[in-house]
Amino acid sequence: MIAVPFDHHAPTTLAEAVALLARSPDAKVLAGGHSLIPLMKLGLAQPATLIDLWRIAALRGITRDRGGVTIGALTIHQAIADDEGCRSALGGLAEAAAAVGDLQVRARGTIGGSLAHADPASDEQAAVLAFDATLRLVGPQGERLIPAREFFRGPFDTALTPSEILAEVRLAPPGARSGSAYEKFAHPASGFAVVGVAAAVTLAEDGTVERVAIGVTGAAESPFRAAAAEKALVDSKGDAAAIAAAAGKAADGMTALSDLVASSEFRRHLVTVYARRALERALTAARM
Amino acid sequence: MTVATATYVGTSVPRKEDRRLITGTGTYTDDVVVTGMVHAQFVRSPHAHARIIRIDTAAAKRAPGVVAVLTGAEAAGTGTLPLFVKVPGIKQSKHFPLAADKARYAGDAVAVVVAESRAAAKAAAALVDVAYEPLPAVVDAEQALAEGAPVVHEEFGTNLAWTYPFKAGDIDKAFGEADVVVRQRIVNQRLIPNAIEPRSVVAKVDGGDLTLWSTTQIPHFVQLFVAINLGVPQNRVRVIAPEVGGGFGSKLNVYAEELVVPFLAKMIGRPVKWTEERREGYLATTHGRDMVHEAEIAAKRDGTVLGLRVRTVANMGGYLQAFAPVSATILHVFIIPGAYRLPAFDCEVRGAYTNTTPIDAYRGAGRPEAALLIERMMDRLADEIGMDPAELRRRNFVPADAFPYTTVSTLVYDSGNYEPALDRALELADYSGFAARRDEAKRRGRLRGIGLASYVEICGLAPSKANAALGVGWGGYESARIRVNPLGTVQVWTGTSPHGQGHETSWSQIVADQLGLRPDDVQVLHGDTLESPGMGVGTFGSRSLAVGGIAVHKATQRVREKVIQLAAHLLEASVDDIVFEGGKLFVKGVPERSKAFAEVVFQLYLAANLPDGMEPGLEAIVYHDPENFTYPFGTHVCEVEIDPEVGAVEIVRYSAVDDCGVQINPMIVEGQLHGGIAQAIGQALFEVAVYDANGQLLSGSMMDYHVPTAADVPTFDLGHTVTPSPVNPLGVKGIGEAGTIGATPTVVNAVVDALSPLGVKHLDMPLTAERIWRAVQQAGR
Repeated sequence: MIAVPFDHHAPTTLAEAVALLARSPDAKVLAGGHSLIPLMKLGLAQPATLIDLWRIAALRGITRDRGGVTIGALTIHQAIADDEGCRSALGGLAEAAAAVGDLQVRARGTIGGSLAHADPASDEQAAVLAFDATLRLVGPQGERLIPAREFFRGPFDTALTPSEILAEVRLAPPGARSGSAYEKFAHPASGFAVVGVAAAVTLAEDGTVERVAIGVTGAAESPFRAAAAEKALVDSKGDAAAIAAAAGKAADGMTALSDLVASSEFRRHLVTVYARRALERALTAARM
Repeated sequence: MTVATATYVGTSVPRKEDRRLITGTGTYTDDVVVTGMVHAQFVRSPHAHARIIRIDTAAAKRAPGVVAVLTGAEAAGTGTLPLFVKVPGIKQSKHFPLAADKARYAGDAVAVVVAESRAAAKAAAALVDVAYEPLPAVVDAEQALAEGAPVVHEEFGTNLAWTYPFKAGDIDKAFGEADVVVRQRIVNQRLIPNAIEPRSVVAKVDGGDLTLWSTTQIPHFVQLFVAINLGVPQNRVRVIAPEVGGGFGSKLNVYAEELVVPFLAKMIGRPVKWTEERREGYLATTHGRDMVHEAEIAAKRDGTVLGLRVRTVANMGGYLQAFAPVSATILHVFIIPGAYRLPAFDCEVRGAYTNTTPIDAYRGAGRPEAALLIERMMDRLADEIGMDPAELRRRNFVPADAFPYTTVSTLVYDSGNYEPALDRALELADYSGFAARRDEAKRRGRLRGIGLASYVEICGLAPSKANAALGVGWGGYESARIRVNPLGTVQVWTGTSPHGQGHETSWSQIVADQLGLRPDDVQVLHGDTLESPGMGVGTFGSRSLAVGGIAVHKATQRVREKVIQLAAHLLEASVDDIVFEGGKLFVKGVPERSKAFAEVVFQLYLAANLPDGMEPGLEAIVYHDPENFTYPFGTHVCEVEIDPEVGAVEIVRYSAVDDCGVQINPMIVEGQLHGGIAQAIGQALFEVAVYDANGQLLSGSMMDYHVPTAADVPTFDLGHTVTPSPVNPLGVKGIGEAGTIGATPTVVNAVVDALSPLGVKHLDMPLTAERIWRAVQQAGR
């Protein structure tokens, strides 16, 4: 039950939504409602105004052009998980989307809502980091593009200003000899990532690792790129020993979370294990 | 006269209940809407232990839509909550529905707000200003009994609520003569029952009549205490338990809200509803288990068990709820010896008050704890002497020719035949092929383990004299009322109060066979004190069939006998020559001299041609008091694979053979087992209620507390043996809790077995990934 009354606006254009948001600084933006509505039911969020993006058709869907893939913020997780193009070129993202919650959550929850909410344990942010996605934010002063690595600031904190709305996620699918994967240790109760690792690799023609990106979620207060592990793997042959050595550094520099399901020590261990598993599959895919 | 043939008993008649439940047309308490109804919201202590200095309700009273605010100090008219079971020396706390002096757990209700809408009540409840003086809290039962611990109930000067000793046989001799003694500390963690339907109460006062709808397993006891506590004549109190969505013991109580809500309805003269929120329920509805055992088993090297010594501390929480001591005493201590001949037994259990949600019965209520204890000790012993765990159990089983068997704990097991169930379970599980599967898993980097448990449990609660001797303050009988309508259809009222068990179906199968009818001709009614017999004891402890089903059976026999008597009169034959078959009554050998059942029934209401002394009409009320408990048994086998790198457990195979005596509806038996085994897997692998040192519940929502779903459980291979109980005419025993009793130790034994190559001897539940990973890490050092 939501005990406190609120105003509900359902604009049909992004411009209208941005204007509404500018007029009501205490408003919250509603996408699929799978984070905000539970918080409101618990009384942990009590916005006086909701700006509901659901009817803005332009924010929904996956499009492709020469610049890459654009995923509208209102695209539901399941649509990404089912999208053939994402599955072949952005496998780690499709897998992360498929790993969100359960089918009911994936059928309503959106990538934009998930990224903007920035729960430290949500899945897609790991993949968005691994693919070096660019996020388009729209506010009263216009729009700006921001790299995913600069978007996540802390638990439930992003680069979005109070008057901005996340409009879309842009990804440049890696070219030939690329592969990616998402591996997750799920919280048994909530289904969130205790640890989730997205790995994306591209091989040089001679088979050495040309580019590697490892996005980690669930383990720390914010999702992060496992820089030390990436550095260890790049230019290597990507064999089992190289993977193991790199994965062993995946938790370097991280301040691990601790909760009832996993202590910080166990989380650090899980990061290295799931980094290895994600890298193994990403490399296998890259070689196919 | 001949006995009815079994046409429907023993067949999987589809559940009558399912159509309305599956199509969402059942009426639960929260669906009840009464004109003029207002809504209650309880104000609960955020502190686990705090003195209540002052409560300022002025702001709440002024809030929009508020009708009334009541504090503990103003609620003396609600009396105190009852305790049904008084073990010797028990220190019974005064348990007021609204705490007035002190809050004793986080969630203890201190005030209640009534408003025109639920939202208004909730908003106003936040305005009730309670000044607390927080006190040091104690959450762990062993710590609560230690010197210097904060005292939950000052009047006792101690947190020791009771001590329950039991000793039989020569325990010193047993340990003196033992070749092997194995000691183990076993923690049976605290669980949150999580019935899918939260608790809910609606009260309506109409003149002097009080109607209460409640999510309860025991509507007649609720009626009794509403009458006693609120001073309403019992004949003016009607309690209705409509559809109830699961209970597992968590609705086996007389709760504060069941007294406060009708009190408010009387006070303000309007109907009042309260429905628990899930998070509220985690604090305010009883928890289960929470015991710590120190156990020692003494044996010969050939595996012969000589003695068992157990010291247990049981957490009772902040107050003693209705059946609180039962799970640690009556339904626990006596059944610890399980399926085995045990010459000497020495057990002592202490119950401790703590600043936590009160503990009470949870599916199995003491028997899963007993089974875990003895079955872990049997596995520890098997490991110690290098014997196959199945063989160790076989050697110590009470033999088939020893029944009825008097145990060391003075129970008389009605019947049993343990080896065939063990053999069948091992066969289902392909026990002999396990080594090859383990080796194959090892090649994949997985640790594979197999575990088994053989259990005996107690059902059919209870012979009333046994209840009295054990300190249970009420008889253990059950009632049934049957009415055959003039046109030959049947209504049955049962004192049991099903909340998922399918009594409407099973009871109608029992009746249909006796009267030559179809189950659809029989309507089974329950959960309404207005029309039921005077007293129904209710549904808990796997008692319903073995006590309530028998009451239905006996009541049906009474009307059957009367029909046969009248048929004999109408057909001018002797009663002994009347055959009642296929809905017809006829003279033996002369099937054309017959009367249809409905025809004879109609004559009983026409009353024109009844034999001298026969009353018109066809009804019967029976109170059946069982002569003994029943003792179902079985063997479960579980196979797991562990990913040692991260500690994750997968149950790859599960087989069980349960003997619950004669089965009325095998589909319902299987359903009970599926649910029970799933709950056991929950305890073994996932579930634990965690408090911090200040008594705050950390696992306070379904985001933190994992109740297993279909995705967490394997396919179950179920088999059965049938050893009819001699203590009732249907030969039935009970099946409601066998799943949790058999499966909890089985899953743990399988996991420990998988880890045993690393030298792991024991792990406590829940067997989470981190706990297993740590065990693997430690073994590697």
